[in-house]
Amino acid sequence: MKDTRTLIINSAWCKGCGICAAFCPKEALEVVDDKVRRKEGTDCVLCGMCELRCPDYAIYIDEKDDEEAKNQWVMSY
Amino acid sequence: MVNTADVKPKTRQMSNLIYKYMRPEHLPHIWCPGCGNGIIMRDVAQAIENLGLSRNNTIIVSGIGCSSRAAGYLDFNTIHTTHGRAIAFATGIKLANPTLEVIVIAGDGDISAIGGNHLIHAARRNIGITVIVMNNNIYGMTGGQYSPTTPKGALGTTAPYGNLDRPFDIAGLAYGAGASFAARGSAFHVQQTINIIQEGIRHKGFSLIDVASVCPTYYGRKNKKGSAVDMLKWQRDNMIPAEKAATMDPVDLRGKLVVGILHQTQYKEFTYAYEQLIKRLYEEREANE
Repeated sequence: MKDTRTLIINSAWCKGCGICAAFCPKEALEVVDDKVRRKEGTDCVLCGMCELRCPDYAIYIDEKDDEEAKNQWVMSY
Repeated sequence: MVNTADVKPKTRQMSNLIYKYMRPEHLPHIWCPGCGNGIIMRDVAQAIENLGLSRNNTIIVSGIGCSSRAAGYLDFNTIHTTHGRAIAFATGIKLANPTLEVIVIAGDGDISAIGGNHLIHAARRNIGITVIVMNNNIYGMTGGQYSPTTPKGALGTTAPYGNLDRPFDIAGLAYGAGASFAARGSAFHVQQTINIIQEGIRHKGFSLIDVASVCPTYYGRKNKKGSAVDMLKWQRDNMIPAEKAATMDPVDLRGKLVVGILHQTQYKEFTYAYEQLIKRLYEEREANE
């Protein structure tokens, strides 16, 4: 079965402390200019370690087909 | 009662847990980058979610300090009280309506210095509230003064040559004063801390959970502990599970912190004893009439 979940980063809330990147077992995150982002060429296995330890709730795992997430995109323009 | 779920923004970029239990209009919070309080606040929300507590029946009480801002971010019936008096307010709420689940969130200075008296007497009384202490070893909000949990020799703005006093072990203090549940968690040990908070809420009687937080801005910088990541790594390497610590030599435990449920006993909860007393007096009066 295909995994319907994905990693979401809310850059507006990220303060760039680097906790998620430091404790990511796959080292799939990096902090650039005080914001976290996915490191290219690495695999995210959706373990959720980043979500557990993010003090700012800026990184999390959610369903891909989230209607509300789509609305967010529409509303922000 | 206004259900804030109705006024929450419909569009969001946050996990379901945060959307359900926090007030998105107040987020992102004002805590510093890497502050452990954010991790611990999420632990509390997760523990409440796992227990399936009703939002209307849960009261969050907090005092003053960095950690006490949690009452503003968590979306329950919340009350932000005066410095150190969170337990006093919580005692009143619990006695007025014992069916409520009262959770106190406080900092180490708030609970053990300014509110130290309330802490020991609530513990002695064994009233059924849950106290979660976000212990960052310093007064963060006011600029890094040393608190009762600052380790001996550590630096603070009011201890430029090192703190002379020995630190309080808040979990041990509560147990010594008669609390029936005393435990320690940490910002790093997320899963264990969630389980401990669940146990604490489920426990009938006074439960205190001393959660080691990290303060990279004041405590970390003053004491050259490095970044928030380094402080969390210190917790990972220097905290020992309670089950393992029980088999270890106390000498080896020096400088380490024990994480887990430290003490748990059962004796009569205060609001239950109070109701029994009222019932007995009514019965005696009816018998005399």
